[in-house]
Amino acid sequence: MAANNSTEIRYLNPVSVEVKKKKYCRFKKAGIKYVDYKDGEFLKKFLNEQGKILPRRLTGTSQKFQKKVSQAVKRARHLAILPFVTDLMK
Amino acid sequence: MNYYETVFIATPVLSDAQLKELLGKFRGVITENGGQIINEEDWGLRKLAYPIQKKTTGFYYFLEFSGEAAIVDTLETQYRRDERIIRFLTMKQDKYAQEYAAKRRNKNAKKEE
Repeated sequence: MAANNSTEIRYLNPVSVEVKKKKYCRFKKAGIKYVDYKDGEFLKKFLNEQGKILPRRLTGTSQKFQKKVSQAVKRARHLAILPFVTDLMK
Repeated sequence: MNYYETVFIATPVLSDAQLKELLGKFRGVITENGGQIINEEDWGLRKLAYPIQKKTTGFYYFLEFSGEAAIVDTLETQYRRDERIIRFLTMKQDKYAQEYAAKRRNKNAKKEE
């Protein structure tokens, strides 16, 4: 009997099950058709702290717009609007 | 008749007069070669995200123009020859880019009023 009690694990707080949020492509939803390379602030949403481009699986953008975003980011990097590599951007 | 947009960065060590002369020169390059300037924006002195040629700031200038394809080659050779320009980028505007640019122009025009 005692063995059962000790094996029973009681959590202090309920385990928060990671609810699977349906990812969507923000460009299709917002109806944006063109990703501007001059707008650094908007492009920063697609970069991580090191300034690298976030993969589609995290941002959920469709392939068509991920290509446009990556091209815009590369152009912005060429024009020194965005850094190639940095630490603790944002 | 294509629509292009170009951005170039000039060295920060220029005086105002030199800068105006530089801008006039590139405006002339476009108009002489049969191009037509649609919109210009001077973003002024801005900090660069990384140093270019040991400089950390630069004068950004944005130009939108339309013209034949050959105009871009002459423009870019001018950019390469001029040592005051430290970086440039020209791009052909597709359908959506033109819409975006038009919207942006109206927004700026409205902002100035």
